[in-house]
Amino acid sequence: MAARQDAWRIYRESLPILVVSLAGGIFAGSVLGSAGMTEGFERFPGLLLLLPAFLATRGNVYGAMGARISSGLHQGMIDPEFSWNRRLVNAVAASFINGIGISIVIAVLSWGILHVLGRESARLVELVGIMLISGILTSVTLIFGLLGLVFASYQYGLDPDNLIGPIVTTLGDIFGVVFLFVAITVVGGIF
Amino acid sequence: MSSAGPDESLDTWTIRSIVATMFPILLVLSLLEMGSGYVLEELKETYLSNPTLLVLVPVMIGMGGNLGAILSSRLSTRLHLGLLEFDPRDEVLWTNVLAIMGLAATIFSALGVAAWTVGQVIAEPMALADLMLISIVSGLLLAVIAIVLSIAATYISYTQGLDPDDTTIPVVTNVCDILGVIVLSGVAIVVLN
Repeated sequence: MAARQDAWRIYRESLPILVVSLAGGIFAGSVLGSAGMTEGFERFPGLLLLLPAFLATRGNVYGAMGARISSGLHQGMIDPEFSWNRRLVNAVAASFINGIGISIVIAVLSWGILHVLGRESARLVELVGIMLISGILTSVTLIFGLLGLVFASYQYGLDPDNLIGPIVTTLGDIFGVVFLFVAITVVGGIF
Repeated sequence: MSSAGPDESLDTWTIRSIVATMFPILLVLSLLEMGSGYVLEELKETYLSNPTLLVLVPVMIGMGGNLGAILSSRLSTRLHLGLLEFDPRDEVLWTNVLAIMGLAATIFSALGVAAWTVGQVIAEPMALADLMLISIVSGLLLAVIAIVLSIAATYISYTQGLDPDDTTIPVVTNVCDILGVIVLSGVAIVVLN
């Protein structure tokens, strides 16, 4: 049964990376299910509405940046180190703009949708505040964390292309919800 | 657009170019994700009275896309090598499908047990049988969706003459992201009632 052996080989090759991603997801889920977080969801209606967009856009913003950096490394356009390389600086600045910009847009969308539907919503300033704080913290951590990991893997002779997807989802899940928790606590304290 | 010297030209590496390419895509995806957020908001009572269900949410959002990405990149490599046949009798296609279903069964069983354990610590405990049923049934459904999407997206890219590397993975991962929470919520409602 060659087919069965092939299926077993694909299974063995793919499982480790999925387990890493699973562990990150379970950690993130534990934060989401914690008492502090569920109280935040009660207190700020609209947070559950924006949650999937908040979690999913991370992969798109930072995955795209990682893919770009990886191509740049392969083509010799940038060096595998933190430097004032024009391309590197531009890619980082653009990711900040995309990551923080879309976080604010998500907050406004969530507030707007609930208002159009005539449903109870947290105040706009609260939702934007939470998304702004968590957006800035996640951007900084993910951008520099991802760059460090991509540079290190490239220097060790690993192809970053195979690592970026899982790295981004795992870091994104973990830091996304932790910083969301921080932002809810901060905004909950201010307002 | 890029006629300057090859060494000096920043081409697509300007801030304006990167933001102008990405932001519209992010905007559309966020709007679509709001559909899945709407389901969460609608079922707020169910989720907040069973916080253990929230433990499943990040994995449900991400894992379908991971499984789809594994299958899509394998299919598109075979397509590039001229080895892919869209024939239901193609044994290699079924080998890949079998591997993906095996991975899904393993991952979502582990998720059920992990969520139950976490639930004992942080939240109102839920019955292990309910959690396992919800995790495995919604996980396998999601895997089937990821498989169908991957094959369909690769086939469409192929017939349209597009490179599946650029098209299938983003489409499959994002659609699975959106459907993950919807599938989970549907299954949870059926199991809990």
